[in-house]
Amino acid sequence: MTQEGKNIIVQHLTRRFGDFTAVDDLTFGVERGEVFGFLGANGAGKTTAIRMLCGLLKPTSGRAEVAGYDVARRPEQVKRRIGYMSQRFSLYDDLTVGENLQLFGTIYGLRRAALRERTEEMYRKLEMEPLKNQLVGGLPPGWKQKIALSAAMLHRPEVLFLDEPTGGVDPLGRRRFWELILDAADEGTTILVTTHYLDEALYCNRTLIMADGQMKALDKPRTLMREYGARDMDDLFGKLTRSTAVPDTTAKEGEA
Amino acid sequence: MIEAEGISKTRGGTPALDDVSLHVPQGTIHGLIGADGAGKTTLFDILVTLLRADKGTAVVGGYDTATRWREVRKTVGYMPAAFSLYGDLSVRENLEFFARIYRQPVENIVSLVGDIWRQIEPFADRPAAKLSGGMKQKLALCCAMIHDPAVLMLDEPTTGVDPTSRSEFWTALRGLADRGKTVLVSTSYMDEAAKCDCITLLHRGTVLDTLAPGQVAGHYRGTLYEIGAADTAHNTRLLRLLRGWSLSGGCYSFGDRIHLGMPLPGIRTETVVSYLRGQGTDTSLISVCPVRPTVEDLFIQLTSGAETEDSLKADNP
Repeated sequence: MTQEGKNIIVQHLTRRFGDFTAVDDLTFGVERGEVFGFLGANGAGKTTAIRMLCGLLKPTSGRAEVAGYDVARRPEQVKRRIGYMSQRFSLYDDLTVGENLQLFGTIYGLRRAALRERTEEMYRKLEMEPLKNQLVGGLPPGWKQKIALSAAMLHRPEVLFLDEPTGGVDPLGRRRFWELILDAADEGTTILVTTHYLDEALYCNRTLIMADGQMKALDKPRTLMREYGARDMDDLFGKLTRSTAVPDTTAKEGEA
Repeated sequence: MIEAEGISKTRGGTPALDDVSLHVPQGTIHGLIGADGAGKTTLFDILVTLLRADKGTAVVGGYDTATRWREVRKTVGYMPAAFSLYGDLSVRENLEFFARIYRQPVENIVSLVGDIWRQIEPFADRPAAKLSGGMKQKLALCCAMIHDPAVLMLDEPTTGVDPTSRSEFWTALRGLADRGKTVLVSTSYMDEAAKCDCITLLHRGTVLDTLAPGQVAGHYRGTLYEIGAADTAHNTRLLRLLRGWSLSGGCYSFGDRIHLGMPLPGIRTETVVSYLRGQGTDTSLISVCPVRPTVEDLFIQLTSGAETEDSLKADNP
């Protein structure tokens, strides 16, 4: 029951851990090539939702379809069609740039010829040919992020999950990184991104704001700011989450 | 207070800090603003006497870090970037552990940082590993404060912490400064600069600028324009056009808008509009207006002058 043009379909998605509801009745859809922002306090349920969408965790009820496949029934098909990148786990510092890309490409099941072709393509696109024999550990953070993004995209995923991808990167590096993300979206990749830099929400076509496992708002960021009379995204986030996000006390499954 | 003068340090053959000076008066919050690799942690390590500077001097709370390190360590409360508490000990046990190391009665916490302690006290029996990011940082702050240090140093205390908890944490820091503590805090969130009395912009081991947050616009060279297209799909083309303009002093996307720095004096909004029109852009669908530069804009202006080869290449594909 794929809806036309939608690459992520979420219907009443719910996940409970014991008597605690981490994700509570989420319903939304993401268009092909859309940049979709996922905001919420620590413990709001973002990571749990993303784990379900990546086919890593079964929903308690409701359903979700990613890249045309049901995440609960066909998780292996889903995993083949998505890419995942986070600031925390990305690359191996003691491998070279080339070795890292080879490793990730092989994990995603690319054959040798395809791997070589796409690696070359990435080198060209990001102009990182001169770096290919360098150890990742010695590179500046901005470059690491770009290479991690390349690694997550080698197998040309239909949907890309980015979990706080720009932490610790300098402002210019963050902007360059976002330009790469927007390029990928222009080429038809669907992007779901979480971030704690609220100004980055403005790069997204639409933003979903979560608190206590529930969806508090979903729309274009500037529309939301207008609707809630917020000065900026920070103010909007406060208005939508503060009443419920305090006390910030729970270490919920997968969200430290 | 903290007085650091001309600090340089080479680590693993590469310069981590180059001639860095800092002056933090008592009762103020000083922010070290910079990305990963800027040298923030190396500077902290030197100021808390874990590392010796190759050159320069640092005096913390009245004691020279090179010769009076024992006294410095008693004067300073340090919260390192990595979570430094014991995950399998409870909140209360962690606090008791640090109290015992410093030979302090644990009850002192209430008079020292009662407002913060009360926020985590309901979870006193919970293992520290099971706290949320924001709660962990509040506990770490309590542990760093248990010996009533005059100087508090915090290395990226809010990294990875959500915006609501970040804001609560800053309120706590302001409370400490108001009670006379000297606070040096690093962050890679540029918006947090506004919460400091003074900030140092640090990039690849050197100080780009030191200023009060209110002075940002004054330190920015020229005028900053914000350009918004009715349809953001046009942004890529606009960026290309503006980057190719010889008068442009740097141009980058800022969310769904574009920021354009015009370093030359005397440029008006109409100049930008007519350039775009001359390049065949329908300017009726575009807004151009001068805006107040943020810390990020200043940081970008100061770093784009010293661009490295690789990032220059990224600008000219």
